[in-house]
Amino acid sequence: MRLLSLVGRRLAASIPTLLLILIGLFLLLQFAPGDTVDAMMAQMGGGDAATAKSLREFYGLDLSVSAQLGNYLWRLARFDLGFSSIYGKPVLTVIAERLPATLLLMGAALSFAFFFGLVFGVIAARGVNKWPDTLISTLGLIFYATPSFWFGLMAIVVFSIYLQWLPAGGLEDITVMQTGLWRTLDIARHLILPTLTLGLIYLAIYLRIMRASMLEVLNLDFVRTARAKGLDDTRVVIKHVLRNALLPMVTLIGLQAGTMLGGSVVVESVFSLPGLGRLAYESVVQRDLNTLLGIVFASALVVIAVNLAVDIAYARLDPRITTGV
Amino acid sequence: MTSTHLEINRRRALMTSAAIAASVMFPERAFAEETPRKGGIFTVHYGAEQRMLNPSLQASTGVYIIGGKIQEQLVDLDHAGKPVGVLAESWESTPDGRTITFHLRKGVTWHDGKPFTSADVAFTAMAMWKKILNYGSTLQLFLTAVDTPDAHTAIFRYERPMPMDLLLRALPDLGYISPKHLYDSGDIRQNPVNLAPVGTGPFKFTQYERGQFIIADRNPNYWRPNAPYLDRIVWRVVTDRAAAAVQVEAGQILYSGFSGLTISDTARLAKDKRFIVTTKGNEGNARTNTIEFNFRRKELADIRVRRAIAHAINVPFFIDNFLGDFAKPGTGPIPSVSTDFFPKDTGPQYAYDKAKAVKLLDEAGFKAGSGGTRFSLRLLPAPWGEDISLWATYVQQQLSDVGIKIEIVRNDGGGYLKSVYADHNFDLASGWHQYRNDPAVSTTVWYRSGQPAGAPWTNQWGWTDEKIDKIIDDAATEVDPVKRKALYGEFERRANEELPVWMPIEQIFQSVINAKARNHSNTPRWGSASWYDLWLAE
Repeated sequence: MRLLSLVGRRLAASIPTLLLILIGLFLLLQFAPGDTVDAMMAQMGGGDAATAKSLREFYGLDLSVSAQLGNYLWRLARFDLGFSSIYGKPVLTVIAERLPATLLLMGAALSFAFFFGLVFGVIAARGVNKWPDTLISTLGLIFYATPSFWFGLMAIVVFSIYLQWLPAGGLEDITVMQTGLWRTLDIARHLILPTLTLGLIYLAIYLRIMRASMLEVLNLDFVRTARAKGLDDTRVVIKHVLRNALLPMVTLIGLQAGTMLGGSVVVESVFSLPGLGRLAYESVVQRDLNTLLGIVFASALVVIAVNLAVDIAYARLDPRITTGV
Repeated sequence: MTSTHLEINRRRALMTSAAIAASVMFPERAFAEETPRKGGIFTVHYGAEQRMLNPSLQASTGVYIIGGKIQEQLVDLDHAGKPVGVLAESWESTPDGRTITFHLRKGVTWHDGKPFTSADVAFTAMAMWKKILNYGSTLQLFLTAVDTPDAHTAIFRYERPMPMDLLLRALPDLGYISPKHLYDSGDIRQNPVNLAPVGTGPFKFTQYERGQFIIADRNPNYWRPNAPYLDRIVWRVVTDRAAAAVQVEAGQILYSGFSGLTISDTARLAKDKRFIVTTKGNEGNARTNTIEFNFRRKELADIRVRRAIAHAINVPFFIDNFLGDFAKPGTGPIPSVSTDFFPKDTGPQYAYDKAKAVKLLDEAGFKAGSGGTRFSLRLLPAPWGEDISLWATYVQQQLSDVGIKIEIVRNDGGGYLKSVYADHNFDLASGWHQYRNDPAVSTTVWYRSGQPAGAPWTNQWGWTDEKIDKIIDDAATEVDPVKRKALYGEFERRANEELPVWMPIEQIFQSVINAKARNHSNTPRWGSASWYDLWLAE
């Protein structure tokens, strides 16, 4: 019951935010020079003024800005995201097509970063200022400082061109159509390099946070008590320290779920993956307002959902959070 | 001094192009006795997804590279660049140029099994070319009707004379036929067939996954005997140029056309024996880099200033150091590869001469003020290619040497077209002029006055010249090919004399092709062609 009311309150609070974001973005895009017909002309390599005029009528661009915004909000109120001008399909379909690849990549990269960030963070904290710590921290710094497009391209050069172990891009092998388990394995193989590329930067952040948080908790009184009780070091770390040190990590995941959706434009482009990031970029260049607003809407929903999950996870990790409030 | 530099450059360019020609010819000769192999999948780099794949509705290389394998046109260009019938077997024109008859190929069927007839031609011409197709609507402006006396004859009736040679040069790009029975009802622009095209071509559309790939399979009922050779064509959507280059290297992509890779990657792959880098097969897609002048600025309305700007920029140096062997100094709106129209006398040329530029600017009364600056201009580079971006920076530096301060204003595609061609909010603009085999298709609109604001790549300079307007109008309806060529010679000279747009660099697109491919690059618009004869060696 308490959980339900938490969910309800969170969702109610996010509606005005969502509305403000959508209206703001709509108006912001009106400042960009050119509309979707100009972008289409650019892509076609030319056309006459009569063609442009009939296209503007076709896309409903001959109306005033306020009328367009009003139409959009009215449609949104009826849960209709509108029609994409580049794709010629309902925006909902366009986004639904791209969502699986994005979620797959994001999920894989986040889990990778979270798991190894945690492990390396713990190792580094336990051997603080000794060689494992120095090695891990240095590597973390290198991963963090490397631009992801460079890292991705270099990974392709090494693993796809020289060693020929992994495919250079795409979501699956399209020259042979596979089904079932083979297809799943094929997609997994295609996702190894993108996941590493996207995950390594986040891994660096997570391990830094984990290390710092471990060191902090290790100095608290209850740890001394646990040690005094005669527990061995591994038990102390796993049962007492880790659980408390995890809270900042969980917070970070909630914050980064949003950035990862947008931040994967680079990785999606380098590995030619059909994700939301590339779709958003293309929509901006093509001035496809409906699609862009639809993506913002969908991303906002994902962020809200992840943050909700984070709140629930807090409660699990630290019982004080739900009982206290 | 400048001329010797030019000579050396030209000789080097010639030698390099000879070497490239040899490297392209050689494998073909070596395998000349090889029998074409059936089967195989040809993978193609697809950089920018389009809103439709039907070439009867949108004329652009991004559509031809896919739709051109699925749908066919009345006429294409053969190996020597001459018109050859595809869906039309023969054609004739009345002497007045108002009636043009096409005799259509018999026994051709659409991919859905329905027969191809003159009704399809009439419908496509009237409802698509004349109304929707970019450039088609201009070309077919005076088309009044298409009569179909029988299922295999289409008679085009024109209000004003239509030069036969113009139509035949335009139709390879603007002459694709669509099936009437699938477009008959409803809004043509919203028809789902636009993204799942049905044609008569050697490959049948199979699947399109947005953002990932497009697949077309061999058409077993294709009208040419024993064609095509390939089982399947797969277009891979790769928007990042560097990523496309590594996929070419990894063998995941066998062909990247229309200069789809970066200049440096293309140069690198050219040294690798596994790949062929060539401009061959792209002669029909010549383009020139431009400097477009806005006459609404009083400085630029002065011919001396425009000429001074041209004299102030060292074009051969730029080409040598930034573009390499695939570009050469331009001579005007008609590129030198257009052998049918390129005139012997191209009119005035503006060689690099800084002293002359300074003198012209002084004469025009724009003396250098404090800090050596005469006046400032805003230059808008188009975002289509890295060469334009480099060129803009180079122009900025060269013009600052003669006291013209340049501010570069960058936009994306939509923003650029709106600012330059609709709002006229620019002083200088720089992009590409695409030449499409005949000056009447997409070149003369850059000079003819009276273009409505908002029409991209047209005369939006605020410049009107009665002389050039008359030449353009006369040439557009001149049915005698010899007289037409002479008129376009006059056009070129007038354009270079008045210089409303300066076209200092001529370029042809480059293709990067895996060396396993055979029968590639064998027509002037090969990237757009149907690839019925393309095959892959083991």
